[in-house]
Amino acid sequence: MQRNPQLNAKGELQHLLSIEGLPREILLQILDTAESFVGVTEREVKKVPLLRGKSVFNLFFEPSTRTRTTFEIAAKRLSADVINLNITVSSATKGESLLDTVANLSAMQADIFIVRHEFSGAPFLIARHVKPHEHVINAGDGRHAHPTQGLLDLFTIRHYKKDFTGLTVAIVGDILHSRVARSLIHGLTTLGVPEVRVIGPQTLIPAGVEALGVRVFHDMREGLKGCDVVVMLRLQNERMRGALLPSAQEFNKHYGLSGDKLGLARPDAIVMHPGPMNRGVEIDSTVADGPHSVILPQVTFGIAVRMAVMSIVAGN
Amino acid sequence: MRLHIKNGRIVDPASGKEGSGDVFIADGRISPEGGKADRVIDAKGLVVAPGFIDLSARLREPGYEYKATLESEMDAAVSGGVTSLACPPDTDPPLDEPGLVDMLRRRAKALSRARVYPVGALTVKLEGEALTEMGQLTDAGCVAFSQANVPMADTQVLWRALQYAATFGYPVWLRAEDASLAKGGVAHDGEVATRLGLPGIPAFAETIALATLLELVRATRARVHVCRLSTAGGVELMRRAKQEGLPVTCDVGVHHVHLCDMDLGYFDSQCRLEPPLRSQRDRDALSRGLVEGVVDCICSDHTPVDEDGKHLPFAQAEPGATGLELLLPLTLRWGQANKLGLAATLARITSEPARILGVASGRLAPGAPADVVLFDPAAPLKVAPETLKSQGKNTPFLGYELAGRVRTTIVAGNVVYEQ
Repeated sequence: MQRNPQLNAKGELQHLLSIEGLPREILLQILDTAESFVGVTEREVKKVPLLRGKSVFNLFFEPSTRTRTTFEIAAKRLSADVINLNITVSSATKGESLLDTVANLSAMQADIFIVRHEFSGAPFLIARHVKPHEHVINAGDGRHAHPTQGLLDLFTIRHYKKDFTGLTVAIVGDILHSRVARSLIHGLTTLGVPEVRVIGPQTLIPAGVEALGVRVFHDMREGLKGCDVVVMLRLQNERMRGALLPSAQEFNKHYGLSGDKLGLARPDAIVMHPGPMNRGVEIDSTVADGPHSVILPQVTFGIAVRMAVMSIVAGN
Repeated sequence: MRLHIKNGRIVDPASGKEGSGDVFIADGRISPEGGKADRVIDAKGLVVAPGFIDLSARLREPGYEYKATLESEMDAAVSGGVTSLACPPDTDPPLDEPGLVDMLRRRAKALSRARVYPVGALTVKLEGEALTEMGQLTDAGCVAFSQANVPMADTQVLWRALQYAATFGYPVWLRAEDASLAKGGVAHDGEVATRLGLPGIPAFAETIALATLLELVRATRARVHVCRLSTAGGVELMRRAKQEGLPVTCDVGVHHVHLCDMDLGYFDSQCRLEPPLRSQRDRDALSRGLVEGVVDCICSDHTPVDEDGKHLPFAQAEPGATGLELLLPLTLRWGQANKLGLAATLARITSEPARILGVASGRLAPGAPADVVLFDPAAPLKVAPETLKSQGKNTPFLGYELAGRVRTTIVAGNVVYEQ
């Protein structure tokens, strides 16, 4: 097995590609650093000069508004220069290879590449080919990983629950296609959460997922019992009908989070969702807007977490 | 040309004979005794064995000359001790017309290195709809008919193809993979693919297709060779089919007896292969099946891919690995791991594939074609791009230290490679 490609020779975070394989200390370092940035985002002058003079390239091979915007805001609050590249409508369609695109941008003196790509593993390929002073942050690759989303989920859970070691966390919905689920599972198990559950129909649970350290439930009511945290995943429109699921309504009947089902979780349970939500499909509005929901704070924390990741990799 | 190979350790898997002695060659054949030799080759410290026979090596001509040429790959073959190879029909255009096959054979012959046995396309353009002119393709030199890695989606066409081939006794070589179940998949459907977020191909994509294929063999009695078995379940189905007496044989790619899905590591595109590397359990079952003879032989499944084809995210990377030059060291390594003698080990790349191919080579008996290889089983081989003659430098074994180097390769009594 090769050395973990995210860490430098000193074992520090060189790139953030996946939560898997990161030691607990690095996860805590990111969460603690993010804590210190939450204050910055609440100040009147929301800027610190940590990345002044550095160039951050938002390299999105797959369309995204939300994640790209939060990275842009985070980079700007660190005083970096941000360049947004929407590759789906530029080089890729002209046949330029992924590595050529990166080499060209590297020649423009980039310091950090924020990469989103439709194929699993693409940020690893880029990380293997960038210069030693350049850093790659994975903003979502295929079904594989979305580490900053996983980290902001961890941050949110710690914010409300203080401690990981007594928790029961359920992740509900389309686990098969979800990079958010994979990243969060690795984070939770690394930080000592004793019970991580995944809930969904067989068609949306990937083979051998138990090996990641989770318990599989097909009955949502059963799976929600005693949960401290419920994470609902977004169901992509194109998957609502077909061979995986008969319809959005039927999905909602079995796996949509209603107030009634949420009642089976612990009374102080929190409800999370990576967004954007399909109201009435995976989550009912009464729950999304209800007292258990921490979906909007997640977005706010997301900026602090991304500031933390960028400042840490840039310092290593 | 008369050759006398002396002082070598002779290993002839076909007869099981192993020991020191001399090999004499006259007029392109193994000769029972020596007259006056034109050349004496001292094989002190070397093994003298029949040249290796590889049932799947892509030469990339016609159509993919930027990936490899006949010259580069034939050099790779003889430097790896491969004296006969069968090439699958997935060229561009595919080998579905006698003229193409004839041209390939002539080009190969003119290079006078390894013997090339083209495998013709079973269906026109490998599209799985219309049968090719198997009779004319056989006359042009095709030894069998295949779909290469293109699965046959229509079971009725498969049935008809086997009926037609069985009528005339043409061998059919097929991979067992259900087209629908494999669609979109790039890795073994299991823990590793789940962790890496790669679309999976379940093991039953192989066993379902294989069960169908064996049922059709039962009905048609077509001679079927199953290519690149990849699962433990596949090995069990083959075991039962052979016990039943069905006219079937099978092979495994040399990578699949050594590697498994864990070797994908962090998306190593060198491990993007067809069929995919499966679980450790599958790998062990393939290796054991080979020891027991359920799996008949090993092939290199040589597939040169250029750098651009591998410098891509795993799912987009082109499948395949170079293999001709690693066939010997990797087969020796498999034999050692299973505590087999040299004759039993080498049988899997000499006499066994010769039997499937139906050729007289692959043995050192007097009168057999003089295809001979001299190799040092202990000589270290560092796998690096610059040490590979093949134009394809793509292999999961880059950086490995293997053992086993070919010193001399003889085809039809002519020395075609010497180190």
